[in-house]
Amino acid sequence: MSAPAPPDSPERWQLRLYVAGQTPKCLIAFANLKRICEEYLTGQYDIELIDLLQTPALAQGDQIFAIPTLVRKLPEPVRKIIGDLSNTERVLVGLDIRRLP
Amino acid sequence: MPRARASKPASSGGSAVSGLKKVPTGITGLDEITLGGLPFGRTTLVAGGPGCGKTLLGMEFLVQGAQQFNEPGAFIAFEETAQELSENVHALGYALEPLVKSKKLVLDHVRIERSEIQETGDYDLEGLFVRLAHAIDSIGAKRLVLDTLEVLFAGLKDHGILRAELRRLFRWLKDRQITAIVTAESGPDGKLSRHGIEEYVSDCVIALDHRISQQISTRRLRIVKYRGSSHGANEYPFLIDDGGLVVFPITSLGLDYGAPSGHLASGVTGLDAALDGRGFFRGSSVLVTGTAGTGKTSVAAQFVNAACARGERCLYFAMEESPDQIVRNMRSIGLNLERWRKRGLLQVHSARPTLHGLESHLATVYRAVSLFDPHIVVMDPLTGFSSVGSDREVTAVITRLLDFLKAKQITALFTTLVSTQSDPEHSEVGVSSWMDTWLLLRTLESEGLRRRALYVIKSRGMSHSDRIHELQFSSRGLRILPGSATRALPPVRA
Repeated sequence: MSAPAPPDSPERWQLRLYVAGQTPKCLIAFANLKRICEEYLTGQYDIELIDLLQTPALAQGDQIFAIPTLVRKLPEPVRKIIGDLSNTERVLVGLDIRRLP
Repeated sequence: MPRARASKPASSGGSAVSGLKKVPTGITGLDEITLGGLPFGRTTLVAGGPGCGKTLLGMEFLVQGAQQFNEPGAFIAFEETAQELSENVHALGYALEPLVKSKKLVLDHVRIERSEIQETGDYDLEGLFVRLAHAIDSIGAKRLVLDTLEVLFAGLKDHGILRAELRRLFRWLKDRQITAIVTAESGPDGKLSRHGIEEYVSDCVIALDHRISQQISTRRLRIVKYRGSSHGANEYPFLIDDGGLVVFPITSLGLDYGAPSGHLASGVTGLDAALDGRGFFRGSSVLVTGTAGTGKTSVAAQFVNAACARGERCLYFAMEESPDQIVRNMRSIGLNLERWRKRGLLQVHSARPTLHGLESHLATVYRAVSLFDPHIVVMDPLTGFSSVGSDREVTAVITRLLDFLKAKQITALFTTLVSTQSDPEHSEVGVSSWMDTWLLLRTLESEGLRRRALYVIKSRGMSHSDRIHELQFSSRGLRILPGSATRALPPVRA
């Protein structure tokens, strides 16, 4: 598997990144997510950034307890990745974008 | 125990430098053994095995806080949803919905499912903090329960981060002056908690235990540590029933109770004359022993009847008969006990000793006494306890019961059954030495009749009769015949 494989379904990817303020961890996570999406999901993704310091009530809905948390809302099933997304391979596995050999 | 509560001010809030501030839990008994409650603004660990009542203790802490002390509380559940939690505690007499509606209680379920979580890189638990803060701020919570944090250990791989965050969490709660309970599953080999949460909770640790002995369960609670405060050190039995959770610090009583000097008529015509002419001491303990059919219950009922007629409240624990059965049977000696029940002067509790463990039985007695606040307690018969515990345990429990009743200056009358084979002066449960007055009932056979005889074996603090009295039963009640029943006394052993 040398070339990045596109997702099986052509539907759009809805991703939500939960952060709590502009902490270094959160900034790194956002940058990592942006980069990975550009590389593997070009033109097929939406990122919604939710700052829990602004809207704490939203943490309940997606069962957020760790920060940062990335939630794949679509395609289903919902998946979650916690951490600053610094390990690209792990993020791809977590999002089920590409299986590792 | 409203009286005990009233004497203790709600200690949260305000400013006190002197000593440790405490927050009353409102849990009957627990505030007594902690000498006032949990440490204010600190986190208390409640550890125990599965099903031992951790969640309930936490919930009771919040419900009582909301209802009694006007302190709102937040319950963060890691294992159960808010709905499940409400349903589970509903069976135990807590209605959470009204408290939630009136903003006295907030329930939040934090679901952590390892299978749907991938970890990559650095993270913290700020999301949990945000939720806690949100829950706390939404109702101005002063109390918080986290049940149970250990789910985090199962859900997250990086325990290094987790431990650092737990430390931060307990500091954070302290800064916010939240009095919190965290629960933990006890670990193997007697470890308090599986993941060592006790390392982070240094102020107060409570261990719960649920044991089965001879197929009868007993729950116990122990204060493992309480920094900056003395506390009861024993294991205390506790009870979970439809009235919630009650801890019984009965062992904490000593022999320092007062001794009231008034007298109570026994209700048996002629018996008071044999007891220094005045009857039993108020607040004393009376043991009535006898073989089957000698009239132990009748003597007890006569005493109860006399007390109710004086307007005193009586609590009657029947181990072998139902309340209706006792009321019916006592009509045969002319006692109308039903009217006292109707007037609220007499409560009859019927329960087989085997229904609960010994400790739990004591607990139910304690609870009934605390609620009814009687002048007189009757237990008929004590002998039934022998079937649920060893002699030593039974004696220990009865001693504690006696201490408890004496401290409340309640007059207690116990009956015990002795078998015809044994020496009648040897009481079955071996508690006669704890009793102030001991009456022995026997049957004497003479001239083709069985007569009932009553001896006053002892009666502390008074000069009592040494005669063998004849006890006569009739539809007008029990009566001691004048003179002695000395004719044809049979040998003690057949």
